[in-house]
Amino acid sequence: MSSIHLHYDVSGEDFTRAGEASGSVKKRLKALGYNTDAIRRVAIAMYEAEINMVIHADGGFVDVDVYPDHVDILLSDHGPGIPDVEKAMTEGFSTAPDNVRSLGFGAGMGLPNIKKYTDEMRIETKIGVGTDLYLTVRVNQ
Amino acid sequence: MIVKDIIDILDGEIICEGDLNQEIKTACGSDMMSDVLAFVKDQSVLLTGLMNPQVVRTAEMMDMACIVFVRGKMPDQSIIDLAESRDITLIKTRYRMFTACGKLYAGGLSGGTAV
Repeated sequence: MSSIHLHYDVSGEDFTRAGEASGSVKKRLKALGYNTDAIRRVAIAMYEAEINMVIHADGGFVDVDVYPDHVDILLSDHGPGIPDVEKAMTEGFSTAPDNVRSLGFGAGMGLPNIKKYTDEMRIETKIGVGTDLYLTVRVNQ
Repeated sequence: MIVKDIIDILDGEIICEGDLNQEIKTACGSDMMSDVLAFVKDQSVLLTGLMNPQVVRTAEMMDMACIVFVRGKMPDQSIIDLAESRDITLIKTRYRMFTACGKLYAGGLSGGTAV
């Protein structure tokens, strides 16, 4: 099946720019004529993950593969890794510092939100090495 | 209700003008963007006291047409520029969060969810 491949580097230095990649993917999917529900689920899941990447991992990269019936997203970073994935998936659990909370994030909803809006989610993480987050959103035509 | 009605009800001031005739059915009030992203249900207005570009990005991801800054807060130029490029209307109102939400609710807007 043919796909469109998109690649983005996410800077870990500028919180205000977090979300640029997600916004760009959203625009691209819209131009390709995908339905609103699928576009929104991709945008929200990727945005939360992008924010996580900036807050916790000093940036990384995102690879997006757009197929007619689904969208695959890989978010990869060289951050500290997630010590307890199950705990990190708990609503309300957050390790974000106070300055991040004052910016409107760090409510412990990031990963639970990502799971909620995607059809498949897989986390590969290694302490001190980094985290790869694989997401799939299926498109219902 | 349309965006213009929100401006009237909240005695608001337009900071960035998008489509003022856009239909608005539901609203959401929060300073935590993660919460806004968690409980979406076609909410087209975001009321907030938070002042950073992520407010606009959150609205963008959620397809929201309008952001209302409560307590008379004025967003900086980076926020305004981002909203302009995304065609999102920015309004500021002197009302506090509770009062602003109450006025819109009384005016016919709902939260869009059962709880």
